[in-house]
Amino acid sequence: MKNFTDKTNISAKDCNLYYGDFHALKNINVEIPERQVTALIGPSGCGKSTFLKIFNRMNDLVEGCRITGEYKIGDVNIFDKETDVNLLRKNVGMVFQKPNPFPMSIYDNIAFAPRTFGVKNRYDLDAIVEKSLRKADIWDEVKDRLKKNAVGMSGGQQQRLCIARALAAEPKILLMDEPTSALDPISTGKIEELVDELKKDITIVIVTHNMQQAARIADKTAFFLLGELIEFGDTEQVFTSPEDERTERYITGRFG
Amino acid sequence: MRKFYSALKIVCYVALGVSLTALAAIVVNVLVNGAGKLSFRLLFGQYKSASPTVFPALVGTLQLVLIAILIAVPVGTGCAIFLAEYTNNKGKFVKAIRIATETLAGIPSIVYGLFGYLIFVVAFGWGYSMLGGGITLAIMILPTVVRSTEESLLAVQSGLREGAYALGASKVRTIFKIVLPSAASGVVTAIILSIGRVVSESAVLILTVGMVVNKVPETLLSPGTSLALDIYYFASHGYPNEAAATAVVLLIFVICLNLLASGAGKLIKRKTGEAK
Repeated sequence: MKNFTDKTNISAKDCNLYYGDFHALKNINVEIPERQVTALIGPSGCGKSTFLKIFNRMNDLVEGCRITGEYKIGDVNIFDKETDVNLLRKNVGMVFQKPNPFPMSIYDNIAFAPRTFGVKNRYDLDAIVEKSLRKADIWDEVKDRLKKNAVGMSGGQQQRLCIARALAAEPKILLMDEPTSALDPISTGKIEELVDELKKDITIVIVTHNMQQAARIADKTAFFLLGELIEFGDTEQVFTSPEDERTERYITGRFG
Repeated sequence: MRKFYSALKIVCYVALGVSLTALAAIVVNVLVNGAGKLSFRLLFGQYKSASPTVFPALVGTLQLVLIAILIAVPVGTGCAIFLAEYTNNKGKFVKAIRIATETLAGIPSIVYGLFGYLIFVVAFGWGYSMLGGGITLAIMILPTVVRSTEESLLAVQSGLREGAYALGASKVRTIFKIVLPSAASGVVTAIILSIGRVVSESAVLILTVGMVVNKVPETLLSPGTSLALDIYYFASHGYPNEAAATAVVLLIFVICLNLLASGAGKLIKRKTGEAK
């Protein structure tokens, strides 16, 4: 197969997605730039999470889901027959709405992806675990209890652990599906700072319900409504002078 | 209306009283009749027809448990994994399998015994054997193992599966490294309770292992006995004291297995952090 290169811009061409008879995403065309943060906003059920999950092919797991169109990361067509979906997911990490640490030790959580891809050496694993936890800014909090079960941590810590776990696979892209919606403001702030730091190396796409959050952390913003991409542009421009009336109405809180 | 409710309450208390009394009566009766007759010789001594022992039955029970578990656990777990992870839950095929498992779980054990007799004793020509009995027991507990393992697997949050897939893990790796360990407490509890059923089963064994109470089985193809069979044998062949004592041994076995089941379940839950 074609290998993933350092080029991590994401493109979707004529994207249509159906759940059975339901047309969930309609004719979406978008170019998401690399090493920036792109926020997907819109009211519940508008298809933004569904759109996000195309890029690590999590929708493959959904029964009755059908996708047409062309999707590329760099030069790699992600639905190409030759594309190894597991390798795709290694390169395109994901953080979920609800923190989902595995019921095992903190160390084993982080080491899961490297072990999946064949890292066995203890020293290598130790190094990856420390590096990933440091990147997710949680090393100092957990370094003395790496052998403790991850399920015992607070929600905010769990979510940063999940980010560290995703980073341990050394992804080039990180998809975040409302990663702070279950967290308190302080934990949310920490994760936003983290996103800002991570975008130096990684392309980040984040779904959020929180418009202030999009305004704070995103370079680009895409507004979805009823399965359509209504507007896509620089965050500042989308928030201050949206081109579409519906975007303006949503952003100013008049619906959604 | 209030009178009706208080009457209802009294009925419930009476029902509770009746069940507890019945249970207590059995336990106390077994202990009073049997505990005094327990002895080291009865448990581990050489079998003589003047003073029979349960040593052959202890060995036999252990063999039967091992055979049944070694067969039923891998097969049952595999079947449960197939049902829970590789099929969508709605298909007709899966529904048929599920109805079949539930029906199998409800079949009287003597029917399994007859099946085992016709297959292993007669058709295979093994005669009465521990192996035939063990396999029949395995088939008997299989539906329970499948159902409870499947339920434990289905109870694992889908977020954990998604998390593993999203990290690039294959389906097999996800099942064996994430889903199965997360379901371990339920699976282990089910296995231990199945051991309890094997230990206390008699109808299947009468027809398959031959109730040879006086000899430790030499090979797995030898006939033999189990604790439950010994009770039947002693009671019906003029050894009431030995029957009572064996009942005590069996009762203690089953109580220990039940305690072990809940203890192991809790321990695994704590280890995997399921219980908070």
